[in-house]
Amino acid sequence: MEQTIPEVIRTVPLEYYIYFATALFAIGVTGVLTRRNAIIIFMCVELMLNAVNVLLTAFSAYRSDPNGQIFVFFIMAVAAAEVSVGLGIIVMIYRNFQNTDVNLLNRLKW
Amino acid sequence: MQETVIPAASAPYSTLLYVLIPLLPFLGFLINGLLNKKLSGTVAGAISSLMVLGSFLISVYLFTTFQYQYTVKLFDWISVGSMQIPFSYQIDQLSLIMLLLVTGVGFLIHVYSIGYMHHDENVGKFFAFLNLFVFSMLVLVLGANFVILFIGWEGVGLCSYLLIGFWNKDHGNNNAAKKAFIINRVGDLGFLLGIFLIYLTFDSVQYAEVFQKASTLQIGTGVVTAITLLLFVGAMGKSAQLPLYTWLPDAMAGPTPVSALIHAATMVTAGIYMVLRSNVLFTLAPDTLHVVAWIGGLTALFAATIGLAQNDIKKVLAYSTVSQLGYMFLALGVMGYSTSLFHVLTHAFFKALMFLGAGSVIHAMSNEQDIRRMGGLRKALPITFLTFLIGCLAISGIPPFSGFFSKDEILEHVYQHNKILWGIGMVTAFLTAFYMFRLLFLTFFGEFRGTEAQKHHLHESPASMTLPLVVLAILAAVGGFMGAPMFVGKHYLAEYLAPLFTYSQRLNPEAFAGELDHGTELMLIGLSVAAGVLGILFAYVQYVSRRVRPAEDDAHRSAPESLVYHKYYIDELYNTIFVQPVMGLSKGLYRFVEQGIIDPIVNGFGRVTLGGGQLLRYVQTGYVGLYLILMVVGIVLILALNVFQF
Repeated sequence: MEQTIPEVIRTVPLEYYIYFATALFAIGVTGVLTRRNAIIIFMCVELMLNAVNVLLTAFSAYRSDPNGQIFVFFIMAVAAAEVSVGLGIIVMIYRNFQNTDVNLLNRLKW
Repeated sequence: MQETVIPAASAPYSTLLYVLIPLLPFLGFLINGLLNKKLSGTVAGAISSLMVLGSFLISVYLFTTFQYQYTVKLFDWISVGSMQIPFSYQIDQLSLIMLLLVTGVGFLIHVYSIGYMHHDENVGKFFAFLNLFVFSMLVLVLGANFVILFIGWEGVGLCSYLLIGFWNKDHGNNNAAKKAFIINRVGDLGFLLGIFLIYLTFDSVQYAEVFQKASTLQIGTGVVTAITLLLFVGAMGKSAQLPLYTWLPDAMAGPTPVSALIHAATMVTAGIYMVLRSNVLFTLAPDTLHVVAWIGGLTALFAATIGLAQNDIKKVLAYSTVSQLGYMFLALGVMGYSTSLFHVLTHAFFKALMFLGAGSVIHAMSNEQDIRRMGGLRKALPITFLTFLIGCLAISGIPPFSGFFSKDEILEHVYQHNKILWGIGMVTAFLTAFYMFRLLFLTFFGEFRGTEAQKHHLHESPASMTLPLVVLAILAAVGGFMGAPMFVGKHYLAEYLAPLFTYSQRLNPEAFAGELDHGTELMLIGLSVAAGVLGILFAYVQYVSRRVRPAEDDAHRSAPESLVYHKYYIDELYNTIFVQPVMGLSKGLYRFVEQGIIDPIVNGFGRVTLGGGQLLRYVQTGYVGLYLILMVVGIVLILALNVFQF
């Protein structure tokens, strides 16, 4: 198993990828939780998605299993679609409130 | 499991032909049911009559070309493990005769209904139900196993319920319908248990297989006695025998053609059909036969005495139906199987005739049913009178009308087996003649006793109503000759039916061998005719010569008179010992269990949910940030739970 993995990939240990992805994901979560600007929240969500992508790719490479990388393409396609919808929503919010602060959108409550 | 092969001859015609027999009326039911209000009454009536006529013609064709018994398998119906119940039809002498009876008499009554019901606003519904009834009845008589018989059995019960309560704006009618349905359920339970026991014992419910296996048993086998007793409970319910007869008189709440078709000619004879079908089993159980004979005899007498004091034209006929059904069971009980079917046929003719005649009278009298308000209708309704007279002569056993032959044959059979039952039968014959002619004289003779408006309105019914009357009157008059060896040389019906009873005959040859010598036979005929004539004479003296009128409802009556007038208080008795306790129990359960326990629990769930929602809704602050935090906390919790396996 180990022998089939190319030397180039083995120069960086798998753990590093995991640390990196975790950090990226944590930054994304923190961003989503703390920021109020919808666009930044949105970017943080993308950050989390890409953290997962990095992990998937890393595992895929270390297991010599291309399925993980194929899956990443799917995530990227879905994310692209989601971005177009999300940005559209944000544009509509801006047109209505002249602002993108998510805390302004608090009419739907008890 | 041992495989039993039934040597079944294949059907000579395409399956479609057999399917069409019940399917045509069903089609009529669908058309009339779906286009309920869109069709005019006459069109609806014409459609359903034509459908039944179609079935009748096919039945006639099958009857005339019939050569050997066979079953027609339509499809595999229930197939679970070793249990195989195909959906198949039995074509033999019994089912053919019943087919002719149901479709033939049914067709006449459909035609009659066109005239009788044309004032009604729900004619379409009426004909739809009537067709559904014919369909169910045909399934009942065609089925080749007990389960299909049971389907038809329940189907006719349902239609009976629907049609008794047809005028459902009147609460009394609805109660009568419920009563009929519920009392029939009591019988059905017995029937169902009987079918289960048959399956347990014979590993099949297919007639051919069951009877073949049964024919190898000994007479008096315990399990067969149990089976037949249970089946007979079913027959008691459906055919209105003691003690389950009380629904039939109440069933007269339905429109009169319904009383004629369902509650006189066809459905109530389903019990007799079922016993005839399983005659092998009944022959094997002499104890059950005893019970059948006694119940039949007592019912005949009991209902006849009640009939003496009834003043509602349809009630009198209803009690006479119960009484005649008693005769049929009496015949079954002494193994006069073909005789019983003979009486089923003649009874269908003359009783349908009389009900339709009564309907014609009611129609002319603007819905008056009390014979105390009638009288002298002979001149206004000549056709109805003549046909009704033929019916009365037939039921009273006056030769050469049909009832004479069948009733006389029953009494002969009974005489050979049990002299006491024969005595009961003779007394009943006398009573029957008396109350039927009481009805005839009070209705058609003497002075008119109704209101002026009714008198003004009196008219003979339209042709669509009188034509069936005439046809039925002819049948009631000459129908007896199919079983009159003395007049036409041989007993056509008995010879035709003989193959049905081969197993029974092999099991108990003595019961079928007994032939009375000529002298005794003539004496019996003389006696039964004398009983009939005596009854008529009594009625004539009482109601024509002495012009006695039945007392009004509130008049003072002597104790025995009052007992008979109030139908022995049987309804009140049942009311006290069955209905009231059950109602009381239901009310108690409603008050304490429903209102005291179940309602608070159900409402409690609602209240807790509502209260919880009231509290939890404050979580919905409208701030996206809070939602996100909660979401993340949730995810972290789930992860933590997974990782640390709390």
